[in-house]
Amino acid sequence: MNYNWHWKVLLEMEPGGTGTYLHYLLVGLLWTLATALAAWVIALAIGAAVGTLRTTPLKWAVRLGNLYVEIFRNIPLIVQMFLWFFVMPELVPQGLGDWIKQMPPPWGSYVPAVLCLGIFTSVRVAEQVRAGIQSLPRGQRLAGIAMGLTEAQTYNYVILPQSFRIILPPLTSEFMNIIKNSSVALTIGLLELTGRARAMQEFSFRVFEAFTAATVIYLLTNLAVVLLMRAVEKKVRVPGLIAAAATPQAGH
Amino acid sequence: MSGFDFDVIERSLPYLFREGMTFTLTLTALAMTGGIVFGTLLAMMRLAAFKPLSMLAGAYVNLMRSIPLVLVIFWFFFLVPYIGAWVLREPNPIKVGTFWSALITFTMFEAAYYCEIMRAGIQSIARGQVWSGYALGLNYWQTMGKIVLPQAFRNMLPVLLTQTIILFQDTSLVYVISATDFLGAASKIANRDYRLVEMYSFVAIVYFVMSYGLSTLVRRLQQRIAIIR
Repeated sequence: MNYNWHWKVLLEMEPGGTGTYLHYLLVGLLWTLATALAAWVIALAIGAAVGTLRTTPLKWAVRLGNLYVEIFRNIPLIVQMFLWFFVMPELVPQGLGDWIKQMPPPWGSYVPAVLCLGIFTSVRVAEQVRAGIQSLPRGQRLAGIAMGLTEAQTYNYVILPQSFRIILPPLTSEFMNIIKNSSVALTIGLLELTGRARAMQEFSFRVFEAFTAATVIYLLTNLAVVLLMRAVEKKVRVPGLIAAAATPQAGH
Repeated sequence: MSGFDFDVIERSLPYLFREGMTFTLTLTALAMTGGIVFGTLLAMMRLAAFKPLSMLAGAYVNLMRSIPLVLVIFWFFFLVPYIGAWVLREPNPIKVGTFWSALITFTMFEAAYYCEIMRAGIQSIARGQVWSGYALGLNYWQTMGKIVLPQAFRNMLPVLLTQTIILFQDTSLVYVISATDFLGAASKIANRDYRLVEMYSFVAIVYFVMSYGLSTLVRRLQQRIAIIR
């Protein structure tokens, strides 16, 4: 193939004058991580609550949880991004809407991106939490009740500590998904890693150097997450418990 | 809310569906077919006894699953013209339309996900099935094609279809290369007439209805298969 590689471009200055292109991309990685981590907090909080609610005997709570999951699972992520970025500020009271629209960059795209990714991922976390709880033998819940614990105590001391350990591996892959999915925020103007690789390609015309560099950075980030989570899994493992075997799942 | 203009949706319906939705559905159907075929081949490679082959397939699948789809779309958008020139022995990168670029991207990308599903499907088949195939005098391709794959495919059908619904939603990301899929068409109208709220809400509703409908069908199928087994 006729392509003249020019790797030194990574050490050249980017037109904004903030530093080299490599530095420019690494700042992009920081934005990717900042978006993913903030969204992960939202996803875990809502996901754990909705997933748990859907296993309770409360009919209305189960229905509400199902509705929430179906809505945010069946709309493409990029469309949800547009809803948060373009549509939401128009639907809230005008004062709030104007305030949102006047947020200075990059916050004007960062905040909607975090909300969007957090809620999008919370649905998937909720599914994992529910599956984790339902994978426990019924006897666990019954034993808790028999010991005189209330419903809430049974969840708190018996069910949730076990199910969260079971779902750690799928949660790890959800966290890697949130890192990858944060790239969709480039469509609403957030200059995260993929967005910056795209911008670098436009400034420097070095297409494949830019995308190769971004690819390598993503691979290294994934590796770091995997190693970190493996350490966490080891630390919280209950001796004698075998984690449930992973079943094949559709997804990213 | 007072200025909500439903008229713009009605006016653009033919364009949205005839141009946009046709693009989306064609892309989904072709990428699903190509992705399942290529993904099944990858799964067979991953399970091959010949180590370099399984490592190659494993590396491909892991690479595709580690980077964002948006980045993959960009990669192929710029890479396909060069590969085309190399295949056709042209001196300069050839011109490739957004549809073909998107089709190649989604086939190659989704194949990695279909591969993992098919691999689990093949591994769910009892080993004795393969042995009895060989005992009957069938070769590798006959055993795979007539015994293992039909069963694996059937076992994994609900997961394969769920992955296809995800593919259907993901095709909306071709927005980043300015293709006129359903979202792209809506976005063009939205920006031309400055009706972003109406158009994007409408897009969300249409995607929701279609994905929800499809996933309900998949769930029903899953229940029917579950009774038979």
